[in-house]
This record gives sequence, C-alpha cells and structure tokens, in this order.
Amino acid sequence: MIHSHDSVIVQTLGRVVIPVAQLFGLYVLLFGQYGPGGGFVGGVILAASMILAILIYGVGSEGSRLARLILHGDGVGLLIFAGVGGLCLIGGGQYLNYSHLPIPGMDESSRHYLGILLTQVGVAADVAVTGVSIAMSLAADQDPLSTEDQEHA
Amino acid sequence: MTLEIPLLVLLVMTAAGALMVKDLISAVFILGSYSFTLALVWASLGAVDVAFVEAVVGAGLATVFFLLTLFNAAEKDTRIRASRMPWITFVSLPALAILLLYGAGDLPAFGDPASPASTHVSPTYIADSLDQTRTPNLVTAVLMDYRALDTLVETMVIFTAGIACVLILRNKP
Repeated sequence: MIHSHDSVIVQTLGRVVIPVAQLFGLYVLLFGQYGPGGGFVGGVILAASMILAILIYGVGSEGSRLARLILHGDGVGLLIFAGVGGLCLIGGGQYLNYSHLPIPGMDESSRHYLGILLTQVGVAADVAVTGVSIAMSLAADQDPLSTEDQEHA
Repeated sequence: MTLEIPLLVLLVMTAAGALMVKDLISAVFILGSYSFTLALVWASLGAVDVAFVEAVVGAGLATVFFLLTLFNAAEKDTRIRASRMPWITFVSLPALAILLLYGAGDLPAFGDPASPASTHVSPTYIADSLDQTRTPNLVTAVLMDYRALDTLVETMVIFTAGIACVLILRNKP
C-alpha cells in the first residue's frame, strides 16, 4: 500500500502540479480535433495526474477520494462510445455513422463534430479509469479497499 | 535532419543500457529515457500524434506501472542475475540485422509521393476529411470517424485488460 508522502515540498508541489496536469489533459482531449492529441492521450494524461495524486497523498487519504469514486464508474467510457453508435442506429443510419445522430437543428458536419467529440470523451474516460485502477491495484496489497471489494464480490 | 544521427546514437545507447544495467529499477528509468528519445524521433519524422502517445504512455504511464510493480517486489527479485549468452545469439542476431538492412534497401524513400502508402487511400482522406468530418486533424478523423469501429474494439481491449489486471492483482491470499 502506498502511504502519503510526508515531505512538505512534495505535498506542496503536488498541490500545484496536479491541477495543471489535469487541465492540460482536458485541453489535449478537447483539442484533439484541431491538433495532435485526442481521447487516448488526454485520458492517459488525466490518469497520470490521478496516479500522481495517489502516490503523493496515499491510497486511503482524503485526497484520493475522487479517484476511488471514479473507479466505481468503470466501463462508463465504453458505454459512452458504444452509446453514440447506438444513437446513430436509432437515428436511422449505420452503427457509428455520426451523420445520423438524432439531434434536431444541426447540419451534417456539426453532427460529425459532436459525434467525434463524444466518442473521444468516451475513450478518454475508459483509458483514465483503466490506468488509475491498474495503478491502484498495483499499489494496494492488503488495504481496506481490496477487502471491501472482495466483500462485494 | 542533422538531429537524426545523435538521436539514433542515443536510442541505441539507451536500449543497450537498459539491457546491460545491473538492477531493474535503473533499467526502468533508462527505458523511460529510451521512450522519450523514440518520441523525439517520431516528432522529427513529422508523426506528432505518435510522438505524443509514445511520450505519454512509454515514458510516463508505463514507467510508473513498472516502478509500482518493483516497489511491491522483494529486493532479491529486482537484481538481475547475469547469465551467459548462448552462442547462437552471436550468430543469429547479426544475421537478422543484415537481413533487415538488406530489406530496408528496397523501402521507398521517406516522403516519396509515389510510394504505395501515399497513393492508396490517404489522398482521399487528405482531400475530403475536412469537409466530411469537420476535423482538421487527419489522425483524429481517421481514428474516430472512418475507422471508428476499430477504435471501439481497441477501447474494449483496454477495458478488458484493466478488468483482468484488477481481478488478478486484487485476488491475493
């Protein structure tokens, strides 16, 4: 189990660096349609910032409560991606053909834009949650989290 | 173009260093610097998206995963016991290198507009993707629009890998 780091320098730096890294991850995710980046890279940067938070503030601390909350939503990203495809089916087109997204009042290329954006958000959520969950299960040996999960299973 | 030779030297040096170093933690850090050099190589070739992924995943996330794994291992497991290389390595690896160099002579020149890679479908993507998908980044347009089903199944692969890791790692006695 990773305990919280007791150095003041590390904790203060983490407080500054982690929000900047998360902002950069969101920027890469949303900027992927205009430049290098996209869902996968943005998701990995978000995951890395959350792993940094776990390494600095520990698995069981207050600081990683957000990461633990997110873990319960495992698979939501895949659901967003596949759900966009399903919406295209409902709109009367092929699976993942964004021109048939059933949103009134949008022309075809705007639908494409929105569809690509939503699928990228899905990929990013999936990658981020997977990265954080792998890191947390690597860091966790015999901590409250794993026994709690085994009780649920 | 003048950067190519130093980058190549750095790449070979870091790869050899990761193989020859005595303990695994140093090897992990050298592997991270190898990934960073490889990202610079991709960027100098113009493949910025690939460079981004290499820098973030290879030098960032994979290094953290390796380190977390090593922190859980006992100290005797992180030392490398050097074993003698079998003689067939000294014969087969140079032979393979010669074979690959011989094959590389037939590759088209970098950026050749008449090469098969740039005459098949990529002109269509370059000409039409902005109108069809309203996405200036060609890589994102191909990944998320023209080949969206591929990306969906790749996302499923990542999801399955994460589930498998959690199931294996959390099932400790």
